[in-house]
Amino acid sequence: MSKRDSDGSGHNPARRQALSCLASWTGAAVVWTVAGGVPHALGATGSGTPAAAAPSALTFVQISDTHIGFRKQANPDVVGSLRRAIAEINALPQAPAFVVHTGDVSHLSKPEEFGQARELLQELRVDRVHTVPGEHDTIDDGVTGYLKYFDHDGNGKAWYSFDQAGVHFIGLNNVLNFKAGTLAALGEEQLAWMKGDLARVSGSTPVVVLGHIPLWTIWEPWGWGTADAAQAMALLRPFGSVTVLNGHIHQVLQKVEGNIALHTAMSLAYPLPTPGEAGIGEPGPVTVPAGELGKLLGTRQLTLVRGSHQLALIDKPLGA
Amino acid sequence: MNDAHLRNATHRLRARAVVALVFCAAVLLPAMLATAAGPAPAVEVKIAKFEYGPKEITIAPGTKVVWTNGDETPHTVTSNDKSFASKGLDTDDKFEHVFSKEGDFGYICTVHPFMTGVVHVHKQ
Repeated sequence: MSKRDSDGSGHNPARRQALSCLASWTGAAVVWTVAGGVPHALGATGSGTPAAAAPSALTFVQISDTHIGFRKQANPDVVGSLRRAIAEINALPQAPAFVVHTGDVSHLSKPEEFGQARELLQELRVDRVHTVPGEHDTIDDGVTGYLKYFDHDGNGKAWYSFDQAGVHFIGLNNVLNFKAGTLAALGEEQLAWMKGDLARVSGSTPVVVLGHIPLWTIWEPWGWGTADAAQAMALLRPFGSVTVLNGHIHQVLQKVEGNIALHTAMSLAYPLPTPGEAGIGEPGPVTVPAGELGKLLGTRQLTLVRGSHQLALIDKPLGA
Repeated sequence: MNDAHLRNATHRLRARAVVALVFCAAVLLPAMLATAAGPAPAVEVKIAKFEYGPKEITIAPGTKVVWTNGDETPHTVTSNDKSFASKGLDTDDKFEHVFSKEGDFGYICTVHPFMTGVVHVHKQ
């Protein structure tokens, strides 16, 4: 789905064009523009006319899978990678309203990893950072250790919602284990909360959902799916504009189901293999040649234009 | 039977008793102590490429099982009935558990719940 940058310079005219094309999204169909080695922008088909972001647009940034505490060959310096991303986000010409982190903040759920991650994220010059837990954040005692550092609304749950600029945001915990040998899940309690939360949101309000594991099954043998995603999707289907942002798989994939667009993000730690890749039977860290790693890590900038359901995503690699 | 015979017979019995005691002390006692308090026999399970190897093992009660994570990704060994659970195991970390009761103990990795294993504990 991607092609390599032909000259490797990173100054590809097509890329600039893609960056400037903040495409409208009508919920009909979406296509990725591929330039400079990775998909850069989400365009629209049908009636969508590319338009620049309005000054009133809400812009925020998604980062994911920082795995603070990881020190193996695939990336011996995950702190450096996160700091690089933070510097790039702080240098954006239009400061984002906030940053979202879609899970696997830590590598081993250790208090010192959570503490270091929180300190690093405080270097972001934004009002706040919203996180959701990944399975690496809930290893020893579920979400208890994670919530000591990242309990956003103080209700002792790892799920929450908030509204900003006419957009309704929902953060989910979909790394709960209810049954051995199956995919992780949201669970009945969280689905009931989500149903009640969405009941007070009008159908015309754009909804953005944050969750670590993809809300669609990408590759079940590797646990790349959510067991009860169908129930969450049923709750989201009535809304006119839904964007689901996931992490977990350390690569960009997207899927559209009616008005719901689902996107996975790059990691800031290490790449993972492509499902079904020849000779690879497990989703372990992939070590790439020196100089290649930055191209496979990255951040995502999102812009939503109020009132028009316009949405644009720019996936930006950290660079070589 | 005269006194001399009696003394000889008694002496032979005593000698046999001493032999038996020495045998007990030398052979049986250590065996009994080993069963009671010595190191339990151990069985190794390697975790590699997101699989427990072997995925199923059958052991006798009192056997210790030692899991070692050979992956760069953390895993856990967490029983379905919560009777044993490791912390997150980083690369080369070990977790051990002695199975004293008979039964079939299924377990998973809570980080990757698609990873499953079973320990069958039966008298052999």
